[in-house]
Amino acid sequence: MADITELESLRWDLRQDCVDIIMAGGGGHIGGDMSVIDALMVLYENHLRITPATTTDPDRDRFVLSKGHAMEAYYTILCHEGFLDLADVEARFSKFGSPYIGHPNNKLPGIEMNSGSLGHGLPVAVGMALAARMDGRDYRSYVFMGDGELAEGSVWEGAMSGANYGLDNLCALVDRNRLQISGSTEDVMKQDSQESRWAAFGWNVISIPGNDLVALDDAFGLAAETKGKPTVIIANTTKGYGSPVMENKAAWHHKLPTADEYAQISADFKAHKEAGLNA
Amino acid sequence: MPNTIANRKAICDILLERAKTDKDIVVLCSDSRGSASLTPFFDAFPEQSVEAGIAEQDLVGMAAGLASCGKKAFAASPASFVSTRSYEQAKVDCAYSDTNVTLIGISGGVSYGALGMSHHSAQDIAAMSAIPNMRVYLPSDRFQTAALVNALLDDEKPAYVRVGRNAVPDVYAEGEVPFTMDKANVLCEGTDVTIVATGEMVRPALDAARLLGEKGVSATVLDMYCVKPLDAEAVVKAAKATKVVLSVEEHSPYGGLGSQVAQVVSENCPRLVRTLALPDAPVITGTSSEVFAHYGLDAAGIAASATELLARAEA
Repeated sequence: MADITELESLRWDLRQDCVDIIMAGGGGHIGGDMSVIDALMVLYENHLRITPATTTDPDRDRFVLSKGHAMEAYYTILCHEGFLDLADVEARFSKFGSPYIGHPNNKLPGIEMNSGSLGHGLPVAVGMALAARMDGRDYRSYVFMGDGELAEGSVWEGAMSGANYGLDNLCALVDRNRLQISGSTEDVMKQDSQESRWAAFGWNVISIPGNDLVALDDAFGLAAETKGKPTVIIANTTKGYGSPVMENKAAWHHKLPTADEYAQISADFKAHKEAGLNA
Repeated sequence: MPNTIANRKAICDILLERAKTDKDIVVLCSDSRGSASLTPFFDAFPEQSVEAGIAEQDLVGMAAGLASCGKKAFAASPASFVSTRSYEQAKVDCAYSDTNVTLIGISGGVSYGALGMSHHSAQDIAAMSAIPNMRVYLPSDRFQTAALVNALLDDEKPAYVRVGRNAVPDVYAEGEVPFTMDKANVLCEGTDVTIVATGEMVRPALDAARLLGEKGVSATVLDMYCVKPLDAEAVVKAAKATKVVLSVEEHSPYGGLGSQVAQVVSENCPRLVRTLALPDAPVITGTSSEVFAHYGLDAAGIAASATELLARAEA
């Protein structure tokens, strides 16, 4: 269990690692990586019960990255937690013959399911939660989705069954950064209000500032305490969070930083980290 | 006494038997437990049954999630829907993620008759065969269906199984089903024509061989229940020993058994090959037997196609 103060510092190091993976591979979904990486970090550091030694333990918690394009953030966390080697990922990400592709690859240690096509993760996580109940095991199933992803009908099929079966061992998180590749989610396909939509489907809804580590930590804790229904955390995040170069700019959905932009982004991360340390 | 037990019931019987000693068997339906003949399983093992409602994407996604946690998931839904509505879940969650999910396409082909093209699955073999790591099986009768389901319960790979809605005449006798996984059954051997059939077309193919025999034409009949992986060795062996090859399937003429047979024959032992299949169009309204007769997919039609093909080869 990591102290939130430590995580406030760590998150900027992880962002730097993530951007370095993207630079090494020559591309990645940087905007969504930056919005969701805090939630990934808090989940893996403080809540998800899995280690590199327990990747096949039947009692391990399950995690599915349904917004699979945030893979560079996922690689970063998997490396930090010891599932993968950062130097190896940087050396081979997106390269010919590499297992480190742009979406989850469950041939790699620690990754449960492949994804990439949006809208798949929630039904899969529902199945995982059902399996836990059938076997009388207390592991929890987590799934992270993007907000643009919520336009997929299969998400709502999973929302129905998760509530229908009262799966309180299931926790979904929506990375509500309000941008998708074409622009604002509200311009592309209105998403507001996600809180009322999920509540109407019978879920316990926790809406938080999604780049607030304390709020994230508390939300995962509250979800675990909720009985009788699954929980969705609406994490109201900032796409590209961490540098004004890319924050809230749809063009940064998968933009590769120039050398100058990379330098500025790295400087911004460093400044954030130092400001936190001096606070 | 004609058989009255549909292949879908044979599936339920095996699952019921095996679930007595295997708590990891899980059956999922999409408001289809009745039409899949799986109500007895839901009644006997409610804790190993999952209802998805009319939501095939959720059905297959949940099955994959269950399978990733060690369950042997059998997801049953009309073939027309489970092979296309949830096609991407079959591709990504089952095949790509390599989960132990068996998709059961019930009432396949033109089983739903007058309900029309929305309910027909004349594309499922092509669709499912094109997915890497997805196997495709069309058992020919209730006994082979039972043998297949038993075999699938003993492996851990994704598969798609298509069965029809109605009881079909037996091809085999009880207790006398030769079954080796992914190996075709040679039902009879001849020197003139090879008939490769799958699913409900096997029985009429066998009857066609008898009709041909009465006219002095000898036929080999292969029961190719394993469309993918195709038993290429059996096809090549039979083709080499005969003059022409006729494939028969309740499917579109594109991308099904015939396409695979033609590929194997043309690469290994070129012979005239004909694909006998449904048309590339909505099929005529009728029962399965009426539709089959209309398109020459009954014994008489198969025999006629074989005779024509042989005449062309010998011309």
